[in-house]
Amino acid sequence: MSHQESVETINGCRTRVMRGGSGEPLLFLHGAAGAGAWLPFMEALSKSYDVIVPEHPGFGGSDTPDWLDNIGDLAYFYLDVIDHFGLEGVHLVGTSIGGWIAAELATRNSSTLKSLTLVAPAGVQVNGVVKGDMFMWSPDELMQNLFHNQDIAAAMPAPKDDDEMMVVLKNRLMTAKLGWSPRFHNPDLPKWLHRISVPTLIIWGDDDKLLPAAMGPAYRDLIPNSTLDIISECGHLPHVEKMQEFTSKVTSFIEGAA
Amino acid sequence: MKFYMMHLMPYADLDLDYDQKYNSAWITLPNSYYDPKKGAKLYNRYLDELEYADQLGFDGVCVNEHHQNAYGLMPQPGVMAGALARRTKKVKIAILGRALPLLNNPVTVAEEFAMVDNITEGRLIAGFVRGIGAEYHAWSSNPANSHDRFHEAHDLIVRAWTETGPFAFEGKHYEFQYVNLWPRPYQEPHPPVWIPSQGSSETIDWASHPDRRYTYLQTFTPVTMLAKYMAMYKERALEQGYEATEDQLGWSVPVYVAETDEIARREAKDHIENFLNKFLRMPKEMLLPPGYLSLRSMMGVMKAKSAIGGKQTIDDVIDKGMFICGSPETVRSRLEQYQTEIGFGHLLTLLQFGTLPAELTRKNMEIYASEVMPYLREKSSAEPAMAD
Repeated sequence: MSHQESVETINGCRTRVMRGGSGEPLLFLHGAAGAGAWLPFMEALSKSYDVIVPEHPGFGGSDTPDWLDNIGDLAYFYLDVIDHFGLEGVHLVGTSIGGWIAAELATRNSSTLKSLTLVAPAGVQVNGVVKGDMFMWSPDELMQNLFHNQDIAAAMPAPKDDDEMMVVLKNRLMTAKLGWSPRFHNPDLPKWLHRISVPTLIIWGDDDKLLPAAMGPAYRDLIPNSTLDIISECGHLPHVEKMQEFTSKVTSFIEGAA
Repeated sequence: MKFYMMHLMPYADLDLDYDQKYNSAWITLPNSYYDPKKGAKLYNRYLDELEYADQLGFDGVCVNEHHQNAYGLMPQPGVMAGALARRTKKVKIAILGRALPLLNNPVTVAEEFAMVDNITEGRLIAGFVRGIGAEYHAWSSNPANSHDRFHEAHDLIVRAWTETGPFAFEGKHYEFQYVNLWPRPYQEPHPPVWIPSQGSSETIDWASHPDRRYTYLQTFTPVTMLAKYMAMYKERALEQGYEATEDQLGWSVPVYVAETDEIARREAKDHIENFLNKFLRMPKEMLLPPGYLSLRSMMGVMKAKSAIGGKQTIDDVIDKGMFICGSPETVRSRLEQYQTEIGFGHLLTLLQFGTLPAELTRKNMEIYASEVMPYLREKSSAEPAMAD
């Protein structure tokens, strides 16, 4: 694996960052499960891009700063991250609550972005679409409901020691803090998604039991230059469950956007 | 020692086979299981029981708050306190409590409690809790902010009771331009505050602080845990330069007393087991949402073999001292022993539990009030007098 890990202090928060590859910068914002490991899709994307994967403040190996109350705080934080690394022409990719952060960031300031990819993003509420309640699911149910392919769900490893269990609990706590109520959305976000000025790809698994794909058209209709791409036989984590399809879609989108 | 009758007001007519289809009597159990015709009768029966406790010479009656469940039908306990305020004459009325972090406006509780305190001319006891974890699912309140909101709501309520208004309150979660409570509470400086808990060193640190000295109430836990937390409270008090009185320590426990040990066990068995296995039933994720416990405490829960959800029997809970059951002699001696060893000043007995029907509840109350309470009252009034 060709990535490096570092701890960067950004806005007073010690932040764990994985980084690998070369090319145009691709900033990946993870979902509720954190970004503990350098995953195969990161490795695949690092063949073409400078892939930067921070762990959000409050997750995994990063500190939990006093200033962190909501997703908006993380949107501003990642604008600081872009400044910290001196990035320009960023391909911003976010999944689930990371997609929500990415959308909030892009409504605030798209000037350092070159493209935006939202993967089953939280952030927008669609009336009548019932989200899964991950906080009521047991660890087994969570895995089952995150994937379409139950063989993959069954193969996902459980925490192997106390340290890993503590990370699971820490990530879950911050996920609740950020998304318990309103449940995984910001009622004000739809009003401002029109400000996103970069080409945007929205990817959704057709069998997403946490944030149903029926939410996808709402996002697509609210972001001006966007397309919605549904991956079939896929759950909430296309970058894990359909890694090759995911990376090829992202790569060809970015090439088209460049 | 002072004696209270605690009530949970369960939906005792619950179809007990609900668990073949649903994993809990809370939150996700459809309210089609509730029949208002039966519920109306239960409410009135339960209020009658608490009023009867007043006549039987109890020092207080206690109601509490739970939401969206069959375990306890008092989502708004102030309604019950209001009903009891005029129909009882002597007993204290303890609302144990309101779950402060759930509230969007804690001043409503300051007002409600002050009203009951006025109507009863000072018979109110104010309970403040965080609620059990399930309440955060029921009210969509963020459990990750539970501790913060509890403390802020508490500070707001106590200031509303004690400071001349209007004043402005500027908190992180609550903000008011005008706080100016009408009516002010009847009791000076405010009603006694009790803090019910299933056991938490953080709660004990906070409740025992010399500025507060709140009564810490241990609820439904094994007697070894009771002893541990009561001792912890006394230690914390000493570390902070004062000696805790028995008035600062309370215990809440289900009790069933009958003519003989054998009769008591036979009459209580099904009802206490329904209480444990049917009404209390819920998965861990419902009971302990993220943030409800500190990460360290949550880690302990995850590592412990899951005790939640396992079937419990009457003997399990009797052995652990979580249920006191037997003849008057048995119940007297166990309670006397625990009181002597542990030194609590408030004993809250849950004399109706689960499906225990009206006639057995009344019998339980009568035997307890006539053959247990006077004996313990005499004993405990003798001993602390010497200690003082």
